[in-house]
Amino acid sequence: MTETLINVILFSMLVTTAFAILRMRRLFAVVMLSGVFSLLTAMLFVTLDAVDVAFTEAAVGAGISTVLLLGTIALTSRGTKAPTRSNTLPLLLVILTGSVLVYGTLDMPAFGDPNAPAQVHLAPHFLNNSIEEIDVPNVVTSILASYRGFDTLGEVAVVFTAGIGVLLILSGLRRRRQDDAEEET
Amino acid sequence: MQHHLILRVVTKFLVGTIILFAFYVQFHGDFSPGGGFQAGVIMAVAFILYGLVFGLDRVQEVFPPWIVHKLVALGVLVYAGTGVWNMVLGYEFLHYGSFNPHHMSHGQHTGIIWVEAGVGITVTGVMIAIYYAFAGRPPRLGDDDW
Repeated sequence: MTETLINVILFSMLVTTAFAILRMRRLFAVVMLSGVFSLLTAMLFVTLDAVDVAFTEAAVGAGISTVLLLGTIALTSRGTKAPTRSNTLPLLLVILTGSVLVYGTLDMPAFGDPNAPAQVHLAPHFLNNSIEEIDVPNVVTSILASYRGFDTLGEVAVVFTAGIGVLLILSGLRRRRQDDAEEET
Repeated sequence: MQHHLILRVVTKFLVGTIILFAFYVQFHGDFSPGGGFQAGVIMAVAFILYGLVFGLDRVQEVFPPWIVHKLVALGVLVYAGTGVWNMVLGYEFLHYGSFNPHHMSHGQHTGIIWVEAGVGITVTGVMIAIYYAFAGRPPRLGDDDW
């Protein structure tokens, strides 16, 4: 009962924040509200007992991305232009996509269903044998780092590639080198 | 932000605590929520906070960009190197048990510590590098335009 109440409160705050973001024109406030949105999402993850995910969401969503978005505002402009074209078509498209997504969830197993495919295949093995095979109390760590070591290696490679990509686009290393070359000649 | 005395004093207290907390999250990830990814982000936050308050030049004196750029690649190498080391020991790629064949779960601990360290190093490097890339460009907005 308490959990339902907490969920309802958190979700209504989430939706309110989303609408507030939509109505805002000042990007500074939008960035701050998106940080709030991330924190609320993190709290929802906590109520789902996904503490590791909540941790990441709070650190990345509310922390780093807020700073990076503020940095972007400093590089571009601090307000959005009022829309010049009508909003009807985008609204229809969003409603259509949303209904398709909701329709898609009808096929999914109920939340917390012990017979859901995700719960009967590998999860029991991980939960039963993790202490014996890995001997790490936090099963999330043993799954992430050991059972799914390949997967995590791929994730690190993705982070690496993303970082390199941003550096190539933004850091201006090449420009600096060209300037140096011009100074030398 | 040189004129904000309170911000500067509080930041000096916080940065050390945040770094300590990052190490806690990194090495206590086996027992409590957390791990390399979260620890890397928290570690990066310490330097980003320092940069926000004291300016990009000061933080780049502490943590020069060339080191950060090397860290980005080093983490992936540590992770993949752990796997290769397992192969050198005669087991499959990323089979951590090979670190201690008589006591497989101890080998798993060693392996997890190493790969989590790799994740942490790369994430720290990438986050700080992206922050440097954003903050290093001349801003179009002055401090008073916000």
